[in-house]
Amino acid sequence: MRPLINIHRIPNINFMGLRHIGFALSALMTIASIVLFFTHGLNYGIDFSGGTIIEVRSTTGPANLAKMRSDLDSLGLRDVTLQNFGGPEDVLIRLQEQSDKTQEQTVNQIKQKLGSSFEYRRTEVVGPTVGAELIKAGAEATILALIAIAIYVWFRFEWPFGVGAMLSTLHDTITTIGLFSLLHIEFDLTTLAAILTIAGYSINDTVVIYDRMRETMRRYKSMDFSELINKSLNETLSRTILTVSTTALAVLSLLLFGGEVLRGFSIAMLWGIVIGTYSSLFIAAPLLYYIRPKRSAAQSADAGETAVRGKS
Amino acid sequence: MLYFQGWKLALVLGVCLLGFIFALPNAFAPETIAHWPSFLRKQVSLGLDLRGGSHLLLQVDMNTVEQERLNSLVDEVRTQLVAAKVGYSNLAATAGHVSFTVRDDGRMNDVRNIVNKIDSSLDVKIGAGETVTLTPDPAALIQRRTSAVDQSIEIVRRRIDETGTKEPTIQREGEDRVLVQLPGVENPEHVKEILGKTAKMTFQLVDPNASPQDARGARLPPGDVLLPSSTTANGQPTQYYVVRRRVMVSGDTLTDAQATFQNSVPVVSFKFDSTGARRFADATRENVGKPFAIVLDNKVISAPVIKEPILGGAGVIEGNFTVQSANDLALLLRAGALPAPLTVLEERTVGPGLGADSIHAGALASVVGVVLVVVFMVLFYGLFGIFADIALFFNLCIMLAGLTLLGATLTLPGIAGIALTMGMAVDANVLIYERIREEVRGGRSLISSLQAGFERAFGTIFDSHVTTLVAGALMFWLGSGPVKGFAVTLSLGVLTSLFSAILVTRLLIVTWLRRLKPKVIPI
Repeated sequence: MRPLINIHRIPNINFMGLRHIGFALSALMTIASIVLFFTHGLNYGIDFSGGTIIEVRSTTGPANLAKMRSDLDSLGLRDVTLQNFGGPEDVLIRLQEQSDKTQEQTVNQIKQKLGSSFEYRRTEVVGPTVGAELIKAGAEATILALIAIAIYVWFRFEWPFGVGAMLSTLHDTITTIGLFSLLHIEFDLTTLAAILTIAGYSINDTVVIYDRMRETMRRYKSMDFSELINKSLNETLSRTILTVSTTALAVLSLLLFGGEVLRGFSIAMLWGIVIGTYSSLFIAAPLLYYIRPKRSAAQSADAGETAVRGKS
Repeated sequence: MLYFQGWKLALVLGVCLLGFIFALPNAFAPETIAHWPSFLRKQVSLGLDLRGGSHLLLQVDMNTVEQERLNSLVDEVRTQLVAAKVGYSNLAATAGHVSFTVRDDGRMNDVRNIVNKIDSSLDVKIGAGETVTLTPDPAALIQRRTSAVDQSIEIVRRRIDETGTKEPTIQREGEDRVLVQLPGVENPEHVKEILGKTAKMTFQLVDPNASPQDARGARLPPGDVLLPSSTTANGQPTQYYVVRRRVMVSGDTLTDAQATFQNSVPVVSFKFDSTGARRFADATRENVGKPFAIVLDNKVISAPVIKEPILGGAGVIEGNFTVQSANDLALLLRAGALPAPLTVLEERTVGPGLGADSIHAGALASVVGVVLVVVFMVLFYGLFGIFADIALFFNLCIMLAGLTLLGATLTLPGIAGIALTMGMAVDANVLIYERIREEVRGGRSLISSLQAGFERAFGTIFDSHVTTLVAGALMFWLGSGPVKGFAVTLSLGVLTSLFSAILVTRLLIVTWLRRLKPKVIPI
């Protein structure tokens, strides 16, 4: 049985010619993300910001948001937001910690006020200390992941590859955070998990391309470096696109069917997969034109690769 | 390439078979597999976000632990100095130290000996004006903190067990926290109430010569303390008592407590151990006719008058109880006192409706995701795509079996991790197949193309998997509940996909080569 769709032709795209556009676009996106992060901020979920959320489902048809809002307003609570969450019956009530009463009292008040025509599907109360710690731990974990990945790539290849991998991964993480700031999507623990996963996954294409570059460097000792990068990128383009597609399909299905709770996670993953592919092609590979690995060193790195192969 | 060593063949087939067998129970309802052999009854345990229940993160108040240590040190120093007839003043616990002034500097050596006898690890500093400062040893303090958390966990467990909650999980989290998970509990208010009390009970004499009114006007006789009643009206205590600081008998000598009725009013009956019974007998014998206070967490439950010496080591506590509050008090006394108060840092409760919906959504997303990936692989790789899909099936089995056998908890993000790794698992196949295509294009023979494809793709596959594992490990380390669940499935999925995409696919291709002796590779 032969494949129905067959890619036989190796494309001939001049990636190196597009590199300035790529760099400019990425610089723009990165700076915009950083600016957004500091001006617009992130819409932290309660994992990080602390506070209370109550997810309710109206048992009497679609929820009347206006009525619920006025009911809750009469309790004199500060910073209460209501939003539909999934279906029209589902409402997410979100509120900050109240200064004059405990979060527990607030939850009880709300439950009393809304009465029994609602099913209380989820109640989460997080104190402010835990959130601050999690932000710190999350930032630490992300930075550590970037460093660990860079060190691994450096160890397996050479330092210029490590630098290229780290910069492109950094670009992927920063722009993901930027997207969340721009679209004001809730940023919670699962989103953070997605960002760490992106850091680990977006490097995959980069590794595939670097592997090929190293191989090409060995085979064509005198090839022009720009041509070498182009050749490697084009030769690996089909696998870059295909590997990304399969993962994107899985994530797309999570986004469409996985429910509200996984929405932030799926959006972050999907963006990360797309941007990770882009950055492998337009950042990670062309960067090596500027921080060129030594061609003689490719030989010694080859020995390392054979050692790993030996384990199979 | 054509040759698959015997042991390798057995290993691959064995792992696939075991994976299938141990994953199988997860496809059935628990009732269906109830009479299966015991090793096949294990299913993946579901996290609270899927099965519904309450999650409480509690913090042990370490300040109290330290303060209590200092307070008891003050008491010991006072007792010892008085016994040795050393004059002192300004004895107090402040900011991590205990300090006092010795009146006669000629007795300094005696003071040193006394302090050394109390606790030789204390750091003693003698400053100007005969001021002695005692600082507890940092190592001893750390040990005290650790044991305070351990003890808290034990008491929390006893209290929760007493409430009859099924399968609670109680574990240490970080340095000074306790994580409590209560599956099926939809309203954790009662549990929180029970855990919110330290439940330190003492029996202390009421000072008959001091009136609460005077004492509230700041004229508290030395050695006395002003305590509110536990009954409240409009949020205010109904009464105050002036109570002797000295504890007659403390609650840790109780061996049993039960809620019962006396004259059809709920009361709590209790029994002392032999030490407690003797002390209680002595104290009541010496103070017949005087009132004593039953104090719980610095609140007076009641203050009855001692009518006659209580020699049997048992008694009842009266005090405006409802059936519920009598039951709770008995429970708290049986379980014992917490070494320090607990505060709730985080509380998450998921109702069974949302849990079921999440399972449904997660399962649907995974199935759709897998179907899309399976179709995609067939479209792009034909027969080899089918091989990849078979490997993917075993990958899923081995992954589920791994989660089951490891006793990991499956959360909603965990399901997302499974769906995600299904998409990532075939990446290895893509890399191998693309390499094979390339080798074919380069003019290699059929077998040598296959061989080169597997061998050359391996390094790349290995590298890309390691980086994802690094991210997974960091997430696990960072992990709080749901993220940990994701980290586990992601890491496990990456490992199993390495096995399935490389070894299982290769076995399938080798078998195909041998059986059908094809002339061309159909990709």
